[in-house]
Amino acid sequence: MLPEALKKSLMDKIASVDHPRELVVDVMFSLQDHYGFLSDEALEEAAVLLGMTPLEMEELATFYTFIYREPVGKYVIHVCDSIICWMDGYESIRDHLSRKLGINMGETTPDGLFTLLPVCCIGYCDRSPAILINREVYGPLTLEKLDEILDALRKEA
Amino acid sequence: MYPQVLFQNRKPDRIASLEEYRASGGYAALADVLKNFSYKDVRTMMLDAMLLGRGGAAFPAGRKVMTVADDAPYPRYIICNADEMEPGTFKDRVLIHADPHMLIEGMIIEGYSARAEKGVIFIRPEYESAARILDREIEKARAEGYLGNNILNSGYNFDIVVHRSGGRYICGEVTAQMNALQGKRPNPKQPPPYATEKGLWGQPTVIQNVETLVCIPHIIRNGPEWFRNLALTETSAGTKVFCVSGKINRPGCYELPMGIRLSEIIETHAGGMREGAQFKACLPGGASTAFLTAELYDIEMDFETLKKAGHRLGTGAIMVFDHKTCLVEATLNLTEFFARESCGWCTPCREGFPYMRDLLWRIEHGKGREEFVSTLKQMCRHLWNSYCAFAPGGVAPIESLLTYFKDEVYAHIREKKCPFKSE
Repeated sequence: MLPEALKKSLMDKIASVDHPRELVVDVMFSLQDHYGFLSDEALEEAAVLLGMTPLEMEELATFYTFIYREPVGKYVIHVCDSIICWMDGYESIRDHLSRKLGINMGETTPDGLFTLLPVCCIGYCDRSPAILINREVYGPLTLEKLDEILDALRKEA
Repeated sequence: MYPQVLFQNRKPDRIASLEEYRASGGYAALADVLKNFSYKDVRTMMLDAMLLGRGGAAFPAGRKVMTVADDAPYPRYIICNADEMEPGTFKDRVLIHADPHMLIEGMIIEGYSARAEKGVIFIRPEYESAARILDREIEKARAEGYLGNNILNSGYNFDIVVHRSGGRYICGEVTAQMNALQGKRPNPKQPPPYATEKGLWGQPTVIQNVETLVCIPHIIRNGPEWFRNLALTETSAGTKVFCVSGKINRPGCYELPMGIRLSEIIETHAGGMREGAQFKACLPGGASTAFLTAELYDIEMDFETLKKAGHRLGTGAIMVFDHKTCLVEATLNLTEFFARESCGWCTPCREGFPYMRDLLWRIEHGKGREEFVSTLKQMCRHLWNSYCAFAPGGVAPIESLLTYFKDEVYAHIREKKCPFKSE
């Protein structure tokens, strides 16, 4: 269940625009932030808020890269594997992350802290190889820097 | 050093503030336009300046806004395309981080020229920091009377909202972007009707790229002739923000005159090739352009010159490959991008890219056969029949690989391994 305060703030926002559907991605992001991912429950709540069917919502939820329809870790690590990061050694970044976290791409660590996902060019080719952690960019990376980042996140968590 | 127009207030560590932008002449163009210019004057100036769309398609910006009919209904929309998902491209992010008010002023003037009152900035989720900057600075512009009702007491109303995308390559395509903004699945949609007639919410809509919009205040301030003269070649105009990356020493964004030679960009501005690296090829304008070989190393980088040479300037994202980089594997990587990002709406693109990725994967991993080459060529031709322009763009690297680097492709097939790998 969505907390009343969040529900009300979303309803107010929806009421303030000409076309509620323009907010569909914002609403999905809000619910995802609250639940940790866009669960079936969240998907249906989003549909009700915007006067859409769950099927219409599903069509959008599964389309976008940054909407997660399955549970993810506290920190979602998107590893850029497009052309410039590829040239600058994304494979060693990916392999290092897999080894350190003990998971493959698409998986979440058993403690629920980290999820590893590939992502297409994130527009930080001047800082390659680069990754996003919860949509914040890190780069240019070395394996040492990566270790420091992971350690800092573990401490923070 | 060439004149810095769009980057005149760029700082290494922070954005330019509203005060700094104003001190450099910012918002003077807007005040001038609202007081002394008709919307038609602004359109004529953009046309005379030969301002071409910087998002990749190079459509004349003045001509685009002129297709909004005088009696077109209201409200009308301006969309700023800050989706920027073309691999290798990051200029819009750097422009927003350098001087956000330049974009805001450009959008208001563009809005005035279309007699629009609503502006939307469509931005990719990877650029959340840029989106936050824009949210904050739009608020400041509103407080100063540059946005909202009765701007600078002129009677003109215009406001801007920032729209965050959920993230997909197709959202950069204008018709798909309008679907995304309306909360629909972002499929492309073939015109007619054109956006300037029936776009967002069925209303007249003009979509421009970030870099196109930031040029507009300067054209108003200094005149179309000044803008044209910024370029080094006759057929081009203005400066261009080149994003240079790959095997060079100083990857980054460089504002340089349109028509500057590729060799000068690489050697003088991007710090030259990395040690031990020789220039083999580059993609001159993003992943949707063809490999440009060493024969054209001195080419003048503008839309017209590249077009004549059978190339495209695209977004101006120059990705440099050296003699040790396998272009079959590079093309495999690019094709993987298009296979993953195909929106799935039409069959040639949805089915074609994964099929070609598979063929390229087999060639790269020593499992290729000679007939794959003709199959790939045939598939590229099929993809020209796709629904939107993205698929013909996406096959450009494959087509050029098979044209300019066929020896490299055949070497993979003949030796049953990648010649660039020791094992």
